[in-house]
Amino acid sequence: MTPPAGSLLSAEQLRKAYGPTLALDGAEFSIHPGEVVAVMGPSGSGKSTLLHCLAGIVTPDSGTIMYGGRELSAMSDAERSALRRSDFGFVFQFGQLVPELTCVENVALPLRLNGTSRKEAERAALTWMERLEVDDLRKKRPGEVSGGQGQRVAVARSLVTKPRVLFADEPTGALDSLNGERVMELLTDAARSTDAAVVLVTHEARVAAYSDREVVVRDGRSRNMERAV
Amino acid sequence: MSIGHTLLGLLESGPRHGYDLKRAFDEQFGHDRPLHYGQVYSTMSRLLKNGLVVVDGIEAGDGPERKRYAITDAGITDVQQWLATPEKPEPYLQSTLYTKVVLALLTRRDAADVLDTQRSEHLRSMRVLTERKRRGDLADQLICDHALFHLEADLRWLELTAARLDKLREAVTR
Ligand SMILES: Nc1ncnc2c1ncn2[C@@H]1O[C@H](COP(=O)(O)OP(=O)(O)OP(=O)(O)O)[C@@H](O)[C@H]1O
Ligand SMILES: [Mg+2]
Repeated sequence: MTPPAGSLLSAEQLRKAYGPTLALDGAEFSIHPGEVVAVMGPSGSGKSTLLHCLAGIVTPDSGTIMYGGRELSAMSDAERSALRRSDFGFVFQFGQLVPELTCVENVALPLRLNGTSRKEAERAALTWMERLEVDDLRKKRPGEVSGGQGQRVAVARSLVTKPRVLFADEPTGALDSLNGERVMELLTDAARSTDAAVVLVTHEARVAAYSDREVVVRDGRSRNMERAV
Repeated sequence: MSIGHTLLGLLESGPRHGYDLKRAFDEQFGHDRPLHYGQVYSTMSRLLKNGLVVVDGIEAGDGPERKRYAITDAGITDVQQWLATPEKPEPYLQSTLYTKVVLALLTRRDAADVLDTQRSEHLRSMRVLTERKRRGDLADQLICDHALFHLEADLRWLELTAARLDKLREAVTR
């Protein structure tokens, strides 16, 4: 397969079944560096499954996924997890911060796992916490901050490794609209400044309005709503 | 709402007399505003002039309601184009959007498609407003937010309708 010109991550003809449930049925996707694409569609239509396949977390039954000229679907598990750590960032609906660590330790964690020294990792972590306006929370533990603050910490953590692709599944799902929009603003600003691509699963139109275009998933099939200009 | 397109769509299932068209319209779409016969005739004569319908027979007796109309190929294309073209996002779209969805179901077209197309058009407006909000001062932000919430309300209604298409199809094609 030839990925669309200039695309960083693309997928064709993805199929994934869970027992009798066909979660993906020929889905396609493509994203450029610096692009924010919203993935929308009804509940149960296959949005999260598509995101998990694109991120190499779930292996599709068939279909191809290309990342930066390499076939993700043909890599070994070890290669794929290495790629996830070095090139991908993740934000989910609930921050999933480690409760025992302070906020700055949480943000620094992905760098520590990649072998960066503690001092250097925490310095980089603080820079991102400043950008996300949560640097004053550095010493607190996740249990001591609000939901919106925790989600910003999680966004800082997802960006600290300067990922080429940021995967966000309902990143504002647990937030009120003001906090949700602030998180989106900071997240898209940060991603644009590093030319990262953002795959943004959301059912909220006001969140999707921060994207450049939307892809609609219905019954495991995707539809690019970009209109030919 | 476009009465012309709605009457055309009702003709897709087969030729109908003027009075029958009015009855079908009132039943399906005219809950609070039944059509006047005058509207039916003026609309039908315009459709006739534009070649979107033809007169397929005339019943004995007098009065224009006795004419039987049939849709032409050009008429079917016209309905198709109307359904495929999203509405400009404006306040109080519900009746037009509702009509489009019901008509798509009645004519066995893909109603989910109508919704996707409209969502895309709404999102286009919402992106412009969101960008203006990001660059603007507080006043800009509040003004844009008001518009954004209204567009979002339309969309939430559309999503809900989409989730109930099967029920709605049953109800309107019964
Ligand atoms: N691990 C799993 N085991 C079994 N079935 C699954 C699994 N993950 C997803 N599914 C099924 O696959 C289909 C698609 O699920 P998916 O989570 O991708 O939907 P979604 O679009 O993200 O929905 P939502 O908006 O509710 O999050 C659903 O029918 C779901 O029940
Ligand atoms: Mg999901």
